[in-house]
Parts: sequence; structure tokens; C-alpha cells
Amino acid sequence: MLNQYETVFIATPVLSDVQFKEVVAKFSTLVTENSGEVINQEDWGLKKLAYPIQKKSTGFYHLLEFSAEPSFIEKLETMLRRDERIIRFLTFRQDKNSAAYSEKRRSKLKTKVEEK
Amino acid sequence: MASNQSEIRYLTPPSVEIKKKKYCRFKKNGIKFVDYKDPEFLKKFLNDQGKILPRRITGTSLKYQRKVSQAVKRARHIALLPYVTDLLK
Repeated sequence: MLNQYETVFIATPVLSDVQFKEVVAKFSTLVTENSGEVINQEDWGLKKLAYPIQKKSTGFYHLLEFSAEPSFIEKLETMLRRDERIIRFLTFRQDKNSAAYSEKRRSKLKTKVEEK
Repeated sequence: MASNQSEIRYLTPPSVEIKKKKYCRFKKNGIKFVDYKDPEFLKKFLNDQGKILPRRITGTSLKYQRKVSQAVKRARHIALLPYVTDLLK
């Protein structure tokens, strides 16, 4: 039974852009490999952290919305923990309300992109 | 008796805080989900030290106060909101 999840992870600012793209690609391919399906990806880029994590005060934020098997989440989290470029992550299971909310948010973002 | 009461004249009328009916903004606007990813909205529920405001101040109902506090704690985990700060606003 596929559930909808969203993961926000923060990568160290030391990475160059190419390395950061590679980290993102690594996780999205990990999702698609294990019969998951990436719904939406948002890159918030370099943002200032509210408090220093591992002596760093900025970080690359990335949001990954996907639907996957529940058993896959454990594998994803061990990968996230093992990868030392990721300094923090949060996985969140979307229930009915949050899925509807993110749906609305995505359509809002799309219209904003089209307007630009 | 009544006369001496009226003798007390205030220079300025005492500004009695008119009790405005507090309402739960979530029920009113029909918001179902508190997003932990957008700190601007969550800041309305924090005081300037970054602490979560109690229900008696914000007037939110218990069900949504739990969602708000859960969202604030998640936002703090991914460093969108500070755990403790001064002059947050």
C-alpha cells in the first residue's frame, strides 16, 4: 500500500552546486528504484539556519515529496543518516489533510511559475 | 452614597479593556493542516523569545493547538524556527 511522504533534508553549505545536485539525484533515484514515485521536488537553495548545526549557519534545503512503500522509509532514513553531506532531515507521512494542502500548494506554485 | 461615588472624577476615562471574543482562527477560516514548512505563519503563535504561546492568549482550540505545537517542533528540528532567541519578530 503506497503512502504519501515528504522529506525535507539540509545539506552542508560546503558542497558545490554540482555535488548538491548529485545528492538530490541520488535520493530521487533511490525512491524510484524501490517502486516509489517522486511527486514533487522543491529546492529552497541556500538558506540561513535558525541556529548553527555542526558549526554551520547556512544550508541547502531540499523538499522531496513521494509516495512509497512503508518499508522503504527505513532504508531511506539509514541512507540519509549514513550520508555525511546531509546534516539534518525530517520525513513526514502525509495524511488526508496534509496531502490536500500540498496539492493546493503545488498548484499555487505552478501558477506563480507560469505568471513569471 | 451614590453621590460621593460620582465625585471621583477621572482625568481620563479608565480604558477598560473591552473583552473581545477570542476565536479559533483555524475553525473560522477552515484551515485543516498546519504546515511546518512555512515559518512566517507559525511565528504568529510564538512570542518574541520563540516560545509557543498558550491557548488562552491565542484563543485556538485544543485540537489545533496540538497541531500548531507539533508543527512548531518540526520546524525547529529543521532549523526553520529557533529553539530560543531574543527579538524574534
